[in-house]
Parts: sequence; C-alpha cells; structure tokens
Amino acid sequence: MKTRRVLLAVAAAALLLAGVVSWFAASGPDGLERVAKDHGMATNEHPLADWPLADYAVEAVDNGMLSGGLAGVAGVLVVLGLTAGLVSVVRRKTPETSANTQTAGHADTPRNAGATGDSGTGKDAKTRGS
Amino acid sequence: MHVPDGFLDASTSLATAGVAAAGVAVAMRGARRELDERTAPMAGLVAAFVFAAQMLNFPVGAGTSGHLLGGALAAVLVGPWTGVLCVSVVLIVQALLFADGGITAIGTNVTLLSLVAVAAGWLVFRGVQRLLPSSTASVPPAAAVGAFVSVPVTAAAFTGLYAVGGTAPIPLDGLLTAMLGWHSLIGLGEAAITGLTVASITAVRPDLVFGARPALAKRRLETRTPAAAGSAR
Repeated sequence: MKTRRVLLAVAAAALLLAGVVSWFAASGPDGLERVAKDHGMATNEHPLADWPLADYAVEAVDNGMLSGGLAGVAGVLVVLGLTAGLVSVVRRKTPETSANTQTAGHADTPRNAGATGDSGTGKDAKTRGS
Repeated sequence: MHVPDGFLDASTSLATAGVAAAGVAVAMRGARRELDERTAPMAGLVAAFVFAAQMLNFPVGAGTSGHLLGGALAAVLVGPWTGVLCVSVVLIVQALLFADGGITAIGTNVTLLSLVAVAAGWLVFRGVQRLLPSSTASVPPAAAVGAFVSVPVTAAAFTGLYAVGGTAPIPLDGLLTAMLGWHSLIGLGEAAITGLTVASITAVRPDLVFGARPALAKRRLETRTPAAAGSAR
C-alpha cells in the first residue's frame, strides 16, 4: 500500500472517530473521576471552562451531535498541525537532515520515493537499535 | 486519567511541571534520532489519532468508563521519544482548548500520561518483543501487552503522586486498589485498540511502524545471507 494511502487512512480514521463516533462514546465518569468521586477528592473548576470549545462542544451550535463532531474535528486538525510543526522544528535542528531538507517545514509531506509498498527492500531504513 | 486542577498541591504540581518540561526537552533530542522520512509524516497523524481515540470512552462497568491513553500506541508506531512529543501535544491541546485536564495540572498530566505511559508501554513492548519470535507478526501482540501494562502503571504513578501531594487526606491503600482495579479494566481496552491499530498498519506497511524495525532488519539480514538459519521465512 502506498505511503500516502496509509497516511490518509490514519487521517480519515482520526477525523471519523473524532467527528462522528465520538457522539456514541460512553458518558460515564472515567476511572480517575470515579475514584475521585468515591474517595472524596474535590476538584477545582477549570479556569477555561467558558472557552468556546470547552468539554468538546461548540458553544454556538445547538445540535449536540454536530457540536461535538465539530469540536472533535477541530481538535484533530489542531493536534495534527501542532505536531507536524513540532516535528519539522525538531528535524530542522538535526545536522544530517537539515542538509537534505529542501523545503523547511514540510516534514509532514511524504517525499520518499520508495512508496512502492515494499516493506523490506528498497530504501533501507537505518536499523534503529533500541 | 486526566488530572484536574486541585488534586495535587502547588509544590507537587510545580515539581511535575519541571519533570514534564525536562522530559519533553529530552524527548525532543531523542526524537531527532527517530524522525526520518517514515516516522516524520506518521507523527502528526499518530498524535491526531490518539486525540481522536481519547474521545471514545468505553464502558468498563458500574457506570464507569475508560478511554485510550495512547502512550504505547504512539511509541510503537513512531518511537518512544517521538511518542512522548505526540502525546504531550495532545494533552496540552486538550487542557487549553477543551478544558480537559487542569491547567496547573498540565505538568502532572504530561508526566503521567506522556512520560510514564510511554516509558512503561515501550519498555514492556520491547521486553515482550524480545521473548517472541523475531517477526513482524509479533509486533501487534507485543504492543498490546505493552499497552495493557502501561495503564495500571500510570494509575500507580498517579497514586504515588497523590501520596506525595494529594490535597485530600485519603487512605492510600484504598486509593491504590481502586485506581489499579479500574485501570486494569481500562488496560484491556487499551490493549485491544492498540493491538488492532498496530496490526492494521503492520499488515500493510510494517516499515511505517517504528517498533517493527528490529524484525524487518532481521528479515533483511536473512534475505542477504541465505546460508543463515532463518526462522521468519
């Protein structure tokens, strides 16, 4: 499978999960919240609880499913963008790759020509010792 | 397991913020070695996927739910250092944009859900991987075990932090039992989601899975030395 297709599949999965499937998520308190309630651990109100996307809902949108879906999609895009940005900053600092990088800041665009779907042959990934 | 503001006292929150900052700084250096033309594009998508998956709470019983942490998943897909960066971005966006996880607790959450969870998930993954036959087929089950263990370990770490700086006087043995109980159940969900996701990508493009590299390297070695006794053919 071509690299681009895998990347798009992961992106599509993320968007679908956050945008649609999240509506059907369980609504009960999570493990920590449950323990906190059972054991009397008090919480302070979140200082940003009034912000437009607080609690994964778009304030302006009335429809619950759409509101949650939009918030989820927004989060996916923000996380994607910030992480890609961080990655490009980290890579730019690496002496070996800054020589090879033609366009700075586009580390999230797959440029490897070895997108033939072959796993073991072709471009040799350096063996990463653990 | 997002810790809200007010659970831990100020000095503990500050200390974990220091640990988190140091951990992320170290992770940025470590990520330089991991990030290449395969892991770099995956990193952003892995972070996005972890964010999305964390929205999908699943029931674990008695009206309580759990959700993916994603530390093991991120580590296996893009490497542990890059994984720390991915999960940290998710946590910071969650706290600042969605009021999920406290603001003064950001350091705590990064320490627990990024540093501890990724470390535990990755180390267990590698340990299990070494015990299993060296092939790409071993990657998903090893990832699942790493994922399973990472959740109660993180819960125990939280309990440890609470022992140091918790704001409410709670008997710690009861707290530990409760945290471990729920989070072992949640660990099952974590294992399932991680195993399935890693299996899907390993099946089509194992070279895009950081954790599969030792298996692929061995496969290449065997291809080049036909006289070697190969097991993974």
